[in-house]
Amino acid sequence: MQKILFILLCLLTAKTTIAQIDSTLFRRKPLDSTGMLLNMDAVYNRPFLSVGKLPVALGGYVEANYQHLGTDGISEGHQFQMRRFTLFVASGISRRIKFLSEIEFEDGTKEINIEFAALDIEFHPLFNLRGGVIMNPIGAFNQNHDGPKWEFVDRPASATQMLPATWSNVGFGIYGKQFQKDWVLAYEAYLTNGFNDKIIDNSEGRTFLPAAKEDRERFEESFNGVPLVTAKGAIRHKRIAEVGLSYMGGVYNKFQDDGLELDKRRRVDVFAVDVNSTLPRLRTFINAEWAWVYVDVPGTYTQQYASRQRGGFADIVQPLYTGNIFGFNKSVINAAFRFEYVDYNVGRFNETGDNISDHYYAIVPAISWRPSPQTVLRLNYRYSWRSDLLGNPLSKTAGIQVGFSSYF
Amino acid sequence: MKKVYFAIVIILSGFLFLLSCEKLEPKAPLDEDILDGPVEGLSTEQNQMFLRGDIAFNDDVFTKETGLGPLFVSTSCGSCHAGDGKGHPFTTLTRFGQIDENGNTFLHLGAPQLQNRAISGFEPEQIPAGATFSKFTPPANTGLGFIDAVSDADIMAMADPNDADGDGISGVPNWIGLKGFITPRNGSITNNGKHIGRFGKKAGAYDLLQQTAAAYNQDMGITSTFEPFDTHSGQEIDPEVSNQTVHDVVFYLRTLKAPVQRNVNDADVLRGKELFIQSNCGKCHTPELKTGVSPIAALSNKAFSPYTDMLMHDMGKGLDDGYTEGTAKTNEWRTPALWGLGLSKNSQGGGYFLLHDGRARSIEEAILLHGGEAQNSRERYNVLSQQEKQKLIKFLESL
Repeated sequence: MQKILFILLCLLTAKTTIAQIDSTLFRRKPLDSTGMLLNMDAVYNRPFLSVGKLPVALGGYVEANYQHLGTDGISEGHQFQMRRFTLFVASGISRRIKFLSEIEFEDGTKEINIEFAALDIEFHPLFNLRGGVIMNPIGAFNQNHDGPKWEFVDRPASATQMLPATWSNVGFGIYGKQFQKDWVLAYEAYLTNGFNDKIIDNSEGRTFLPAAKEDRERFEESFNGVPLVTAKGAIRHKRIAEVGLSYMGGVYNKFQDDGLELDKRRRVDVFAVDVNSTLPRLRTFINAEWAWVYVDVPGTYTQQYASRQRGGFADIVQPLYTGNIFGFNKSVINAAFRFEYVDYNVGRFNETGDNISDHYYAIVPAISWRPSPQTVLRLNYRYSWRSDLLGNPLSKTAGIQVGFSSYF
Repeated sequence: MKKVYFAIVIILSGFLFLLSCEKLEPKAPLDEDILDGPVEGLSTEQNQMFLRGDIAFNDDVFTKETGLGPLFVSTSCGSCHAGDGKGHPFTTLTRFGQIDENGNTFLHLGAPQLQNRAISGFEPEQIPAGATFSKFTPPANTGLGFIDAVSDADIMAMADPNDADGDGISGVPNWIGLKGFITPRNGSITNNGKHIGRFGKKAGAYDLLQQTAAAYNQDMGITSTFEPFDTHSGQEIDPEVSNQTVHDVVFYLRTLKAPVQRNVNDADVLRGKELFIQSNCGKCHTPELKTGVSPIAALSNKAFSPYTDMLMHDMGKGLDDGYTEGTAKTNEWRTPALWGLGLSKNSQGGGYFLLHDGRARSIEEAILLHGGEAQNSRERYNVLSQQEKQKLIKFLESL
C-alpha cells in the first residue's frame, strides 16, 4: 500500500512539474555585444534562460561528433563521441551578488566535474570578490572554452595536454575592470588549492599538468598546504585587440607530512600570453595563445619528465557567407584554420647533449556553419605529427571530424 | 524543390566524403621499414595474447602508485626499446661487480645492475668503489622468438672453443645457472649443471621469461612472483606486476616478427654480402640459422637470417670493460644479431649508437672497433677499396 501511495505521489509530483514548464515563460538573457568583453567575462557571457521573475537562470551546451582518424595506417574506424554535456546555473542573489555554477559531463558520464561554482560580490567595478570553485585563469582557453564558441572539434593540444584545460580549484580571489573610452583594462588574482606530484608521475610518462585533475580531493584539501597563485592582466581596445598575460605558480609536491620533511619544496610555474582580434573589414577573427611551463623536477629523476614545456595555438576564422540557409536567416559559413604546436620536453639529454624531442604539431583546416550564433556545425580535417622523446620518425595521425556544438 | 535537391546532393557528398575517409589518413609504413608486428601464422587466440603483451610492453608506464622504483633505470619497457628497436644512451644501463666466472662479489651493494634514477626523496645508486662496470645499450627485440627456438645442439655445433679449424675464431657458449622459475628447453645441454645462455650482451639470460622478469625488476624496480625482491630494500614484497602480464610480454617478445631485409636484389647489396662473407664476418655473424620444434607453431622449423652464432667471442682489449656474467670472460661478448641494423637509426633518434655500449656512431666505426677474434676480419675490411667498403656497409644497412 505504501508503494502504491509512493508511486501515486511521484506521478502527481511529475504532473505538477510538467504543468509548471511553459516555454513562453522562458526569457533568453541577451548576450553582451558592446565589443568590450574580455575572455574573463566568458563565464557569464553565455545564453542563459530565466523563468519569469525567478532570480535563477539556466543554460548549458552540448558537443557531439563523428570522427575517423588513423595513425600510420592504423585506424580506430568510425567513432561517434559525446564529448561534453554542460549545465550552467546562475543566480542573481542581489544586484551586486551573484552565483554561477557549471557542471560538466565529459565523454558520456566518464568524467563528471564541477568546473565552476563561485559566488561573486561586487564592491566596486575595480574590486570584486570571488570565492568557491574557481577556474584558474591561465591563458585564454581555460576561461573561454565553451564548445559552441569554437570552429574546431578538438580542443587545442597545448590547452589540454600541456596546460590543464578547465583547471579549477577551490579558492578565493579578486578581480576588476576599468573602462576608459575604447579601452578596457582588467585583472584577476586568486589563491586556490593547487597541483600535486602526479604532474611528474603519471601514466602519460611525461610532465603532464592535466594529471593533477585526477586528484579529486583537491576540492576538499590542498595536497601540500601551499596555495597556488594565479593572476591575469588583460587589456582590450574595442577595435584593435585583446591581449592577456597570465601566471600560475606554486609548490606541487608533498614536501612534508605529519611534521616530517619528505623532500624540498618543488615549484611549478606557468606563464601564458593570449591575444585575439577581429580585423575590421574582412571580419577575420584571430585567436592565439602561447604558454611556458617550468617544473622543478628532481635531478635524480628521469629526463623523460620535462622541466620545461612550451606550446600554443593560433586560430584564424574567416566568415565566407552570411545570410539565409535552409530558413536560418542569420546563418554564417566560416572557413577556419588552426595551427598548434607543443614541445613537451624542452631540453637536452644529459647523456648525449642532443635535443630532447617529444613534440607535437598539427594543422586543422575547417569549415563551419552557424545557423544561429549559439550553434555550430563543423567539419574538420586534422593532420598531426608527433615525435617521441628521442626524435625518431614522426608518427602521423590524420582524419575527418564532423560535429556540432550548441548552447541550449 | 531546388533546395531539396541541394540538400540531397550535400548529404550524398557527405557520405561519399566519409566513405573515402581512409584515403585522407596517413599510410602505413612498409613492413620492411618497421620492426614491430607479429610473425605470420599466429592463431586468433595468439593474436589476442600478442596484443595484450604489446600494450603492456609499449603503453604501460609505471608510476610510484603502480610500483615504480624507488630506484630504476626507466619507467616502461617501451621507453628503452622504441619501436622494438635498439635503445639510446638515455636508457643505457650499467652493470657492475663481476670480473670472472666466480660470480658477482658486489651483490650486497646492489650489483649486478645500477639503478641510476630514483623517485623523489630517494637517492639513486652509485657504482661502489673498486667495482668494474660495463654499459649496455638496450637491444632490438625483433625476432627474439626465433633465437629462443634454436636448439642447444645447433648452438654447440657452431662452437669451436679450441679453434680446431684454425681460422682464429673460437666461439664458446656462456654457461649460466638457471633461476628456480625457469624450465629448461627440451634437449637442453648442460655443463656442470649450467645451461647455455642466449639473451643479453653477455648471454647472461637463458630465456625470455628470465630476461623479462629481470628487466621489470632491475630496470623499473617492479617485483613479480619471479623476481620478488625490491632492488632498493632487498626485501621480498608483493608482486607489482601480474604473472599474466609477464607471460603476455614474454609471448609478445617471442612472436615479434623477424626484421625484413630491404633492397635484397640491389647489385651493391649483393656484392656487399659477398665481401661480408669473404672478410670472414659471417664466421661469427652466421647468416642463417633454423629453429627447432616450438610450442608456437609459427616459429617451428623455420630458417631465418639473424647474422649471429649466439656464442661468446673475445673482442679484444679495446672492448674489454672488465665486467662479465656467467662463465664468460670480460673480453668476451655474444655476437649481436645484425638483422634490423639498418633500421637502428629509426629507434636511436636518427643516429647510430652501436656496439654493446653505443660507443660506435657509425657502422664503419663499429667494424673498426672489432678486435680479438675479429681482428683479421677488421683488417680484411681495411684493405677493401672505398667503393667495396661502401657496398659492404650498404649490405649491412639493408639488414
